[in-house]
Amino acid sequence: MKKLGLIKVAVFTACLLPFAQLLLAAFGLAGQSLGANPIEELIHQLGLWGLRLLLLTLAITPLRRITGKVWLLKLRRMLGLFSFFYVLLHFLSYAILDQGLNFAAIGEDILERPYITLGITALMMLIPLAVTSTNGWMRRLGRRWKKLHQLVYVIAILGVWHFFWQVKLDTREPLVYAGILIVLLGYRIWLKRKR
Amino acid sequence: MKNINNNIIRPVDITDEQVYLKRRHFLQLAGIAGAGLAFSGLPSRAEAELKPLQTSPSKYSTDQTPNSYQDISTYNNYYEFGLDKDDPVRYAKSLITDPWTVKISGECDKPGDYNLEDILKPHPLEERIYRLRCVEAWSMVIPWVGFPLGDLLKRFQPNSNANYVSFKTLNDSTQMPGVRRRVLRWPYHEGLTMAEAMNPLAIIAVGLYGKTLPNQNGAPLRLVVPWKYGFKSIKSIVEISFSKKQPDTSWGRSAPREYGFYANVNPEVDHPRWSQARERVIGTGLFAAKQPTLMFNGYGDEVAHLYSDLNLRKNF
Repeated sequence: MKKLGLIKVAVFTACLLPFAQLLLAAFGLAGQSLGANPIEELIHQLGLWGLRLLLLTLAITPLRRITGKVWLLKLRRMLGLFSFFYVLLHFLSYAILDQGLNFAAIGEDILERPYITLGITALMMLIPLAVTSTNGWMRRLGRRWKKLHQLVYVIAILGVWHFFWQVKLDTREPLVYAGILIVLLGYRIWLKRKR
Repeated sequence: MKNINNNIIRPVDITDEQVYLKRRHFLQLAGIAGAGLAFSGLPSRAEAELKPLQTSPSKYSTDQTPNSYQDISTYNNYYEFGLDKDDPVRYAKSLITDPWTVKISGECDKPGDYNLEDILKPHPLEERIYRLRCVEAWSMVIPWVGFPLGDLLKRFQPNSNANYVSFKTLNDSTQMPGVRRRVLRWPYHEGLTMAEAMNPLAIIAVGLYGKTLPNQNGAPLRLVVPWKYGFKSIKSIVEISFSKKQPDTSWGRSAPREYGFYANVNPEVDHPRWSQARERVIGTGLFAAKQPTLMFNGYGDEVAHLYSDLNLRKNF
């Protein structure tokens, strides 16, 4: 049990490192920099970390099955909440820094730019999952909790799709994320079929 | 402890800089430049070689403050050297700009292969401080050094069939690691109508901030058409050709719905995936607001007449 505590602290710290690095870079500290177009870079990095942590969250179940280490499940909520943290910052830096809280422009983006429509949909679906991630809500929702949290599969697909539609030309990187997601979801389908 | 430190042999102790530079040049020629030439600390060879240029000011310059040399030379789209903005500054060192030949072809009386010196010799250089608006909705102000494109084209005596002029970038996978992937149709090619090309705002740029161009900005010579999105301003030109029919363009072939032949800066015609109404000004930091984009990037007085009978929504 004590060991799990240590692992949790380590994972928590690791999840905060990208945030710390971006914070330093935003203020040009410790030799870190966001480059010539800092807002674009910040939004991009926050989105990438949100997506990475989401895929990591989805990797917990397969990892637990394969390794048999049940304590891995105890990390899942933290990873999921960190994913939400980065995705929320991703959106806020877009809305505040990039768009200057110009709600008309943001609204137009959401309605007219398909990749932004996908992104905002994914974020909207993440919010109820983050809110109901507590033990209290788990108890209150009972069996429905699991049903609700299966939304994460849809969110992950939307997230990767959002990334894919956003790039101008080079689809290699989003395709890597899509490949990982296919493996993670495919594993679950395979598991279900086997039973 | 001190003794141990003193005993560390650094590469610089073994190899003097001249030998080191020659060796680097050899590696570059061998075409493995991408493998790790991003050494820091030492001044880059490419930058050490930039030569100062004699220029006179131009009435076409904006009085806006130019972006820093750092921003202009490190935030580049030059896909022949990679797709990330910082790839060109890292990998374009392998571009060999001397000797350089430009082939002139098509509907003109003086076609042929011209070396760079002959191309440039008759043209006095001006500093042209222009706004640059990228199709990706960001912008900079850049102090180019160059001369009017029209003055150059006249020398080749285009004939009455010459309605368009097109340009090609070098396409050499030994110097340009990016062209090994066919993300665009290589060689990169672009075109203008003759009327656009003869407009005094269109220039051939050979320098930046009073010195010859860094490779990542399109050395040794490039086009600059400031009222059009940046991708029209083709870099490192090796061929200029006159034609009767409208030429193909690389981006037009790759995504015809997104990148038209004219590509005039136009805040009213959005890119299918993003708005063109406003632009992010590079160099203004994290907390600056976007700025409204101007029709023809603010150069309407000089160029709007070129398009008076053209539907700019259709001919985007």
